[in-house]
Amino acid sequence: MKRLLIRNGRVVDPSQGLDQGMDLLLENGVVAAIGERLDPPARTKMFDAAGLVVAPGFIDLHTHLREPGFEHKETIESGCRAAVAGGFTALCCMPDTDPVNDDPAVTAFIVKRAEQIGLAKVYPVGAASVGLKGEEMAEIGEMVRAGAVAISDDCKSVSNAQLVRRVLEYARSFDVPLAAHEEDLDLSAGGSMHEGGVSARIGLRGIPTSAEEVMVARDVLLAELTRGRLHLCHLSTSASLDLVRTAKQRGLAVTCEVAAHQFVLTDEDVAGSNYDPNWKVNPPLRSAVEVEAILQAIYDGTVDAIVSDHEPHHADEKEFDFSDAPFGIVGLETAVPLALDRLVHGRVIGLMQLVRLMSTRPAEIFNIPGGTLREGSPADVTVLDLRALRTVDPASFKSRAQNTPFADMRLKGWPAATIVGGEIVWKA
Amino acid sequence: MPAEVATALARKDVVGISQLDVGEIQLILDTAEELLEVAKRPIKKVPTLRGSTVVNLFMEPSTRTRFSFEVAEKRLSADTLNFSASSSSVSKGETLFDTARNLMAMAPDYIVIRHPHSGAPHRLAQEVSASIINAGDGINEHPTQALLDAFTMRQHFGSLDGLKVVIAGDIRHSRVARSNAFLLDKMGAEVRFVAPASLLPLDAEDLGVSTHVRLEPALEGADVVMMLRIQLERQKRINFPSMREYFDFFALTPERLMLATDSAVVMHPGPMNRGVEIDSLVADGTQSLILEQVTNGVAIRMAILYLLAGGRSEAASDS
Repeated sequence: MKRLLIRNGRVVDPSQGLDQGMDLLLENGVVAAIGERLDPPARTKMFDAAGLVVAPGFIDLHTHLREPGFEHKETIESGCRAAVAGGFTALCCMPDTDPVNDDPAVTAFIVKRAEQIGLAKVYPVGAASVGLKGEEMAEIGEMVRAGAVAISDDCKSVSNAQLVRRVLEYARSFDVPLAAHEEDLDLSAGGSMHEGGVSARIGLRGIPTSAEEVMVARDVLLAELTRGRLHLCHLSTSASLDLVRTAKQRGLAVTCEVAAHQFVLTDEDVAGSNYDPNWKVNPPLRSAVEVEAILQAIYDGTVDAIVSDHEPHHADEKEFDFSDAPFGIVGLETAVPLALDRLVHGRVIGLMQLVRLMSTRPAEIFNIPGGTLREGSPADVTVLDLRALRTVDPASFKSRAQNTPFADMRLKGWPAATIVGGEIVWKA
Repeated sequence: MPAEVATALARKDVVGISQLDVGEIQLILDTAEELLEVAKRPIKKVPTLRGSTVVNLFMEPSTRTRFSFEVAEKRLSADTLNFSASSSSVSKGETLFDTARNLMAMAPDYIVIRHPHSGAPHRLAQEVSASIINAGDGINEHPTQALLDAFTMRQHFGSLDGLKVVIAGDIRHSRVARSNAFLLDKMGAEVRFVAPASLLPLDAEDLGVSTHVRLEPALEGADVVMMLRIQLERQKRINFPSMREYFDFFALTPERLMLATDSAVVMHPGPMNRGVEIDSLVADGTQSLILEQVTNGVAIRMAILYLLAGGRSEAASDS
């Protein structure tokens, strides 16, 4: 019988409204007891969490693991190592692999591979359309049966509104959300950064905020029509978040996420990077006005989840010039410190709300076990050191990729340990 | 039949269940019951419609419905003419009304019409003096199918009142589902529509039915399970992904049928897609009434022609 007692920590668990000094006993992969000064049974391993925060395991709703097909960028194993080193006990991986995860065999492969690795728990997101082509519906039911927790044509926005409607309707049979990457491909065509004064100044083709907003508006309306579950991926604009606010007021099953880099960097940082493709991401780093609106939406509860939107690329691929380089930055190992530094130490939200955004709500939105430290729930725990002050060092990343704009940034608040299924899988 | 029993429908046409009241539905079912025995006679013919002309105007492919009507017409001794879409002038651009006027010039008494567009029989009924019988219009109604289904259920259970009827399949495109829902609701049965929401009409609850996006919970306590044909080739794979997935999650299998009552019966308007919406073990099983439905179809269509003939002769003697 495997036992681990996490002692003397500050337990923060929004699902039980807990923020106090408590002990946590993990036994056989579940939370066996939670309370003040627990007496451990014999042969219990101890973890001293004095001065640390003990939270239900963080769940990343938006990761690209690249395997199968793009193992030069990332593998399930390297991605899982990066996840636990970044404080995540679970992640949801997007279907844009090769072959695309539009088939239960691919879903089952990812699940099995992650189980063999035994680090972070991996929940695949199945494709909404066959081959991510936006034409024919993929086998949603079969993929859910094989372990998919959501469906998405992430990275490929679905232009066909009829298909989006039918997917939202069809997915109701399997109670999974459509996680929508919102981008009007005609409006964004050719753009590589946020369209505005800065793009005009530095001479890069822009992606207007409306490329995202028109699609958010369309899909919110379709969610209302169909009573389907819609989760909006990596929102980046004020108007998108207003649409979510309205949708929630109307009682729709609409949720949304924001990627950590979106509330930290702006288009001015792109300008300051001297055309470095590590600052190129989709949706693009927006203007300060949009970032302010994102922080407001995180504060007022419009945002349901903070995600990494981890998009690893091989170093060679980021050697292209800004326009030709692929979109995407790695996020698994920076999302938590960015959120602690900017949101908690930056006094946007309290720690309780942060844990809600990175654990409780993600578990609820994709219906994933965890997100709570209630007795009987999975023994997945994220331990945080709010006082740790460290510099982002891409060379130390567990990810295969280092495409990050945060190198050398000094951040306060880092993960201290990651516990999955009652085992310490990573320690600072 | 006893003299006090009505032998006529006081209407010119039967275009939909929507237009029929409970008394008319009862009358059609009761009459079909009487006419069922004609099929058991050595000479399966009565002279009721001798000298009458029936045009079977099928603007959409049909085998069993057309045959069923033809058998019914012949057993009532009518003269029959068959028009089908391929042999008619529709493909040459003639309007529905022009076709109808040309047909009327040949003075038929009845037109049985199957049309790919909803409402065609209703428009035709206004335009011509012949009695119109709807043999299926677009995604709207298929009243004779609903009547034969109801007849089959009543034959088996004695009454429709309180029956729990599951109708599963491509409800959104199904005139059979709609006519059945209208009829069963009028007759006091409880209807449960089952399909992924992409195959359900929006706000289907307004038809007086409950809707379910999974088959299993809807089967709980069901007396009748009616499976509808799934046609992937008509869907362009946008409403659901594949036949395999449909079978895995929405088909009626022996295991799923166990969730219904022990005495539950299985129905299907045909033609069946074995291994898509229905497992052969169920289709051919002891609980299946699928072939009874076909037999009863002839009796229902005879009843409608018979009752409309009564109405026509009453109208004639009145004037």
